[in-house]
Amino acid sequence: MSGRPEGLAATVEARPLLLEIEGLTQFFGNLRAVHDFDLSLRKGELVGLIGPNGAGKTTVFNLITGVYRASAGSIRFRGMELIGTPSHEIIQLGVARTFQNIRLFSKLTVLDNVRIAYHPHAGYSLSDSILRTKNYRDKEAQLTERAQDFLAIFGLEQRQNDIAGSLPYGLQRRLEIARALATNPELLILDEPAAGMNPQEIDELMGLIRFIREQFNLTILLVEHRMRLVMNICEWLTVMDFGEVIARGLPDQVRDNPLVVEAYLGRQAAILK
Amino acid sequence: MINIKKSTLTFFGAMLAIYVVVQVLLSLGLLNNFWRGILFWGAAISIVALGLNLIYGFNGQFSLGQYGFYAIGAADITWRWLDGDPAGIVVGFFGSLVVLGLYALVGMALRRFYNIKVTTRFLSYLLATGLGYWIAVVALRPLLEPVLNGILNALPAAVTQQIVFFFALATGALLAGIASFLFGIPVLSLGSDYFGIATLGFTIIVKVLLDNTDTILPFGEMKGARGMVGIPQWTTWTWVFLCFMLVVIVMRNLLHSSTGRAILSVREDERAAQLVGIDVTQAKLLPFVVGSIFAGLAGGIRAHDLAFLHPQSFNFIQSFNPLIIVVFGGLGSMTGTMITGFLWILLLEGALRLLLPQGFETWRFVVYPLVLLIMMLLRPEGLFGKFEFPFLERPMAKLRPKTTFSKVDGEAVITEEVAQ
Repeated sequence: MSGRPEGLAATVEARPLLLEIEGLTQFFGNLRAVHDFDLSLRKGELVGLIGPNGAGKTTVFNLITGVYRASAGSIRFRGMELIGTPSHEIIQLGVARTFQNIRLFSKLTVLDNVRIAYHPHAGYSLSDSILRTKNYRDKEAQLTERAQDFLAIFGLEQRQNDIAGSLPYGLQRRLEIARALATNPELLILDEPAAGMNPQEIDELMGLIRFIREQFNLTILLVEHRMRLVMNICEWLTVMDFGEVIARGLPDQVRDNPLVVEAYLGRQAAILK
Repeated sequence: MINIKKSTLTFFGAMLAIYVVVQVLLSLGLLNNFWRGILFWGAAISIVALGLNLIYGFNGQFSLGQYGFYAIGAADITWRWLDGDPAGIVVGFFGSLVVLGLYALVGMALRRFYNIKVTTRFLSYLLATGLGYWIAVVALRPLLEPVLNGILNALPAAVTQQIVFFFALATGALLAGIASFLFGIPVLSLGSDYFGIATLGFTIIVKVLLDNTDTILPFGEMKGARGMVGIPQWTTWTWVFLCFMLVVIVMRNLLHSSTGRAILSVREDERAAQLVGIDVTQAKLLPFVVGSIFAGLAGGIRAHDLAFLHPQSFNFIQSFNPLIIVVFGGLGSMTGTMITGFLWILLLEGALRLLLPQGFETWRFVVYPLVLLIMMLLRPEGLFGKFEFPFLERPMAKLRPKTTFSKVDGEAVITEEVAQ
């Protein structure tokens, strides 16, 4: 099976496939940002994608979520081809993501940030909202209540009417994850969730990731630089450098892989080690 | 069961009071034609500016094309008069309604079986209606016209006039909406600034077409750059008031719904909106079309007040008026736009004309850029900033009692915390 490391437990390998990426290649002009990238995720896995700056990790995320259209290759999610599918449809199929630099709707309230994610399933039509029908009032009340329940899970309920941009950094991260989960995804893609966090905040974040994974039956793919996070929670890792996969394996295997050390620290360091 | 909020009552009460006062003043003859003109013009411009605020202030798309749609609304109605037959408009409108009805049935079926999205349906209704209009005018007219003329002639003349005027306004708004839809599809994918330039181009195109209605376009009655005369002066204060309220309420209800939140999210961060599942194209197209329908409606009101339509009143310098009003009133503030629209026309056409000494009227165009400059230096956030009348304010959900989140047998449970 391509795109997976060897030596994973048989129980893991028995789970159904969720995401299959094969031969993914992306050019920006003459720059080859991603080359022949393979990755397969089975349901319920928590997998890390690591690599030095500029290795092409975020590009892979952007390709999965339809921000760019891949030059070649295929991305199948639950058997459906994602390349060529518009972003908002990919999200509605059950893929959700967060951003490296937090991108909240920062002038809207915390509650509205979550409610916007419910929009595709709001359940009332434009004429309902303009005429203020009973359907509008009922569905809107339901929707608000659901969003409030959701915020309660993330401990943000009491701040529902605060402007999102006014929250402290850690809570903004939390809200961004909450907003992504409000789209009801099966696959969650986290782009450097620990960026700018101190060790204590990272510990909290790890707790949060474990919690949502269990709570929402998620499969999680994350890009991260902070080894503390990656080594602790990821089941296995894929390492990229210059747009290509240079290693795959369990966290311990990857840490000792000379190619990986070289990519991060340079050839000298690899020899010294 | 009937539970009306205080803010709603206050708003409608205040509006009704304004309506009554103006109506009384008009019927006592205390407002002469000059002030009446300013009032009506102010209302029309406010409606255009509200539409622009929806597009620019709430959706973040910088449009200079609203005057083009305003012109379409005005011109569309008028040329129908000039071929001498009011029933034509009614015929067209009935055709549209029939097609719209059929389309609604098909749409319902589509939604049930294929789950086609709401906004898409709205916009395609619009196109279907336009198609119906065209079919009705071209094909059904000989059949329907005698019948309709019979009905219209049987009614008292005053009633007929109101009916025809209603259809005329609706048709103008409809055509502006369709034009904006067809124009918006290719252009809205452009980034904001480029979109602004493209819409400016649209305004200029409309102006040039109006200049050449008798040469390029086959509407000889419009007399091209010489301007149209003989438009019936049917706009009354009641019509102005009703249209104004309709626009305010539709816009408010739209903005406070889920669709409204989607519209706002596109302004905040387009990419992020896309990646929480919002169809950004639709969320841009919808406000653009709705805003342009408003502009078309305003055009109809204005044309039937002026009774004379000259292409020069739609040149591109004029097209900055709604933009100035929206920025003055405060981007994203409906209240600001509503009030500033009137203030701006009052300043430009009323105060400056009257205050400047005889012979200095042309100095208006020196004073008003100065006003712009001073305003932007002193209050860049607009006269009203983010202020809204309570009725127009975004509703805040009530804070629920503090809850704790716990798990019981693997099930998530949210319980209210009991205050100690």
